[in-house]
Amino acid sequence: MGVEGIGANVKRKEDKRFITGKGRYVDDIKLQGMTFAQFVRSPHAHARVKGIDSSAALKMPGVVAVLTGQQIVDDQVGNLICGWAIHSKDGTPMKMGAWPAMAPETVRFVGQAVAVVIAETRNQARDAAEAVAVDYEELPAAPNIRAAIASGAPQLHPEAPGNIVYDWELGDKAATDDAFAKAANVVSLELTNNRLVPNAMEPRAAIASYDDAEDHFTLYTTSQNPHVARLVLSAFYNIAPENKLRVIAPDVGGGFGSKIFIYPEEMVALWASRKVNRPVKWTGDRTEAFLTDAHGRDHLTKAEMAFDKDNRILGLRVSTHANFGAYMSLFSSSVPTYLYATLLSGQYNIPAIYAEVMGVYTNTTPVDAYRGAGRPEASYVVERMMETAARQLNVDPAELRKTNFITQFPHQTPVIMAYDTGDFHASLDAALKSIDYAGFPARQAKAKSEGKLRGIGFSCYIEACGIAPSKAVGSLGAGVGLWESAEVRVNPVGTIEILTGSHSHGQGHETTFSQLVADRLGISIDQVSIIHGDTDKVQFGMGTYGSRSLAVGGSAIVKAMEKVEAKAKKIAAHALEASENDIVIENGEFKVTGTDKSLALPMVALAAYTAHNLPDGMEPGLKESAFYDPSNFTFPAGTYICEVEVDPGTGKTSFVNFVAADDFGRLINPMIVEGQVHGGLTQGIGQALLEGAVYDDSGQLVTASFMDYAMPRADDVPSYQLQHTTTLCPGNPLGVKGCGEAGAIGASAAVINAITNAIGTNKLEMPATPDRVWHAIHG
Amino acid sequence: MYQTNYHRASSVDDAAAQFAKGTESKYLAGGQTLLPVMKQRLAAPSDVIDLARIPALIGIEVSGDAVTVKAATTHYDVAGSADVARAIPALANLAGMIGDPAVRYCGTIGGSLANNDPAADYPAAVLALGATVKTNKRTIAADDFFQGLFSTALEDGEIITAVSFPVAAKAGYAKMRHPASRFALTGVFVAQAKSGEVRVAATGASQDGVMRVPAIEQALKGNWSAAALDGVKVSADGLMSDIHGTADYRANLVKVMAQRAVADAG
Repeated sequence: MGVEGIGANVKRKEDKRFITGKGRYVDDIKLQGMTFAQFVRSPHAHARVKGIDSSAALKMPGVVAVLTGQQIVDDQVGNLICGWAIHSKDGTPMKMGAWPAMAPETVRFVGQAVAVVIAETRNQARDAAEAVAVDYEELPAAPNIRAAIASGAPQLHPEAPGNIVYDWELGDKAATDDAFAKAANVVSLELTNNRLVPNAMEPRAAIASYDDAEDHFTLYTTSQNPHVARLVLSAFYNIAPENKLRVIAPDVGGGFGSKIFIYPEEMVALWASRKVNRPVKWTGDRTEAFLTDAHGRDHLTKAEMAFDKDNRILGLRVSTHANFGAYMSLFSSSVPTYLYATLLSGQYNIPAIYAEVMGVYTNTTPVDAYRGAGRPEASYVVERMMETAARQLNVDPAELRKTNFITQFPHQTPVIMAYDTGDFHASLDAALKSIDYAGFPARQAKAKSEGKLRGIGFSCYIEACGIAPSKAVGSLGAGVGLWESAEVRVNPVGTIEILTGSHSHGQGHETTFSQLVADRLGISIDQVSIIHGDTDKVQFGMGTYGSRSLAVGGSAIVKAMEKVEAKAKKIAAHALEASENDIVIENGEFKVTGTDKSLALPMVALAAYTAHNLPDGMEPGLKESAFYDPSNFTFPAGTYICEVEVDPGTGKTSFVNFVAADDFGRLINPMIVEGQVHGGLTQGIGQALLEGAVYDDSGQLVTASFMDYAMPRADDVPSYQLQHTTTLCPGNPLGVKGCGEAGAIGASAAVINAITNAIGTNKLEMPATPDRVWHAIHG
Repeated sequence: MYQTNYHRASSVDDAAAQFAKGTESKYLAGGQTLLPVMKQRLAAPSDVIDLARIPALIGIEVSGDAVTVKAATTHYDVAGSADVARAIPALANLAGMIGDPAVRYCGTIGGSLANNDPAADYPAAVLALGATVKTNKRTIAADDFFQGLFSTALEDGEIITAVSFPVAAKAGYAKMRHPASRFALTGVFVAQAKSGEVRVAATGASQDGVMRVPAIEQALKGNWSAAALDGVKVSADGLMSDIHGTADYRANLVKVMAQRAVADAG
């Protein structure tokens, strides 16, 4: 390992611009003649739009246009799509209602747009939007799962009777029934996985610019995957063919999944920019973020686990209702199915699993992937179940897990996934040691003498990351392949530009990817630049989500580098009059082994471009590209142990310690990995203790600002104790697994298990607010 | 934010005169409530009269019997005042627990009291210490000042100029923070006057804003100790109930915070 190569804690190259205010976000961009968009949004959760009177608004200062849902339908802009086809038990495809970018007839959640005002300034647009008179006929609303599936519930979409999108299953029902029939013990559990609002630091924003001379659009947008945005906008929304649409995602201030999707606002901005023949900017405010960014989670689950007399798991049965909100967002259908039920085996040998998932429409903001996406929900079910079982079976929770750990790899679970590698005992043992598990009873007794309730909780999570294998996801209904591409350009002076289809919105790719390249060639990371986020520069890419950028995007870079290195070695060998098999690359030099002959990288690059003395038949230049599509997911896994103290007087939970022992395979930049883990753990703790989107009975979002939606602050979370255990992923050339979501996937169960251990009752839902914990203690 | 006219007043009289000229005037002090509400277009004052830079409204005076905090004095200045900390340590402590550093640098005692947010901290101290609110027209006793949610005895255009707190024999404040807003989910200020009178006020709990808590006052009168409250039951009637705390939880917090405030008071 070099000082800047693989394994080095290099400070992030991008941070200077971020922390000195030099980042360039969408809202920082100003185009000549730019107008501003302000949406007119529904104040009702469910209503018929009887009429829209724009006449007063049109007379207001600076107003360029007022455009409505009916106009966008008339112009044949496509309805929003859901890109993963799921089939119900009976083989029928999922039942979807239409989602126009602005509602022409019916609004189905508070905040849905019905019209847009385009004006010369942001304030003029705001003023005029307030003057647009919309005549609504209110309809009864179904603001949660229970209300939507009740008999006589309001019907959201005629296409989905009973508000059921699909009734899906996975696993072997008969085998699972058999497992329960012969069980010595059955443990059952009912859980709510609370709805979350993503709350990226930067709200969504878009600038659309139409050039009528070229009949060409440019869209600057807050996207995690600009190429996918362009593909969807071209292929499904009829905005423009791909060669007439450039999508640029510049610096983006966090996404957590919420910026994967193509939203109505970006579509409307593009459409409107041609209508008014001016650039149109829309920057969402925080209220719009709460109301329109796709929310996460929101499951109701019943689960049962069957054990034999030796506490070995025989089977698992899970029934989940998943809330999709009012419309099916881009990847929503896959989240509670193939990203959820496929992980229900956890780290355990479970011979039989049967899961059924009912997808439900409600009069709420659409729900889609949010950090972890399905896997936190699965991990929460499995790990709350294991802890509950340990208590019911009266065995130590660590021992129960050890009894059931998978130890042989590869391991085929009954729910599709084939785990390639792992060492679950190693991470559990590391965490037990770090938290001094043996000393816990004494600490608990001491706390009790001080009037505090102390508890310890475990979570042994596993996730499927490196979201890719195109063949696998295609067979499960995905509308796209999930490979990644990379291009390596060696400039004539030997500096290197890497073009990647991954997109960094906080992950530090500019550093990590540079380290990868620097390590291979023995050069400085300053000689390497990472280019991403522009469809005119990068040929194609699938973007960043699902902890995939290093495992898939990084591997594509490796493949392209291998091609570059092979050609460079040929050039060096020719120049040095040696065999290319004798050329090795060290410290930026191409050396002939066993001699003192060498050629520096800039000389090789220069030779490639001057082309005066290349081997016969070789093309000039030094630039290669590669597409990488792995054969399997990666399986990061680990153990989180959390020790808490609960104040019985107030119900407030404080952290004593939090240990995370993760196996992410090889680490390129451990410091960046730790940052990702800290962020993920904090979001997991946020879900467990603080965060929860709440709708009232009429479908109003009660938690529509930070006054009521509790985000974790620095003093809400402990100083984490991180450990790494390592098994290299055999499925990619780097041996990496992905680290972006682990914390958010594993932390919640550890926290709730610790609190319920402390207070001696298992009846506790997230977020475990002081109020809820106090009620759980005092009944 | 809607368009508005901003005036920086040079004196209290100037402020009152400017206020009278506007059709729908609002006084601005630290701006910790008014400005966010205006930014969200939930308030549209015709005129905003800034009191925060009037010299006569800034400063702290401490005598043997009273701590007088002028109305535009920031929470930061009260929290950091050695004189306040010596005379009524619980008051300095309370000021240091309001919001976060940015709020404390801007927010003022007069603004907090005039707004009378049901979860604000200062009203609890004013009511429990039996303070006097001085205005440009009169003085108002604490018991008369608070009149329900966001409602006070202030007349239209009346300006708080100072608040005078009698120095107590013992005083303490404890609060449970709201998980999201960090306002007081419930905060309780306990005070024993030099005369021996015990007054206890809770904020964040009642549907009517800050309130006295007679059951706790009664228990502490005979026995100033946290243990004296063990058997006290605070009624949940009339308390707020929302997603962050039910009425019975808040009733419990009134008692538990009172116990901790007594411990804090010593």
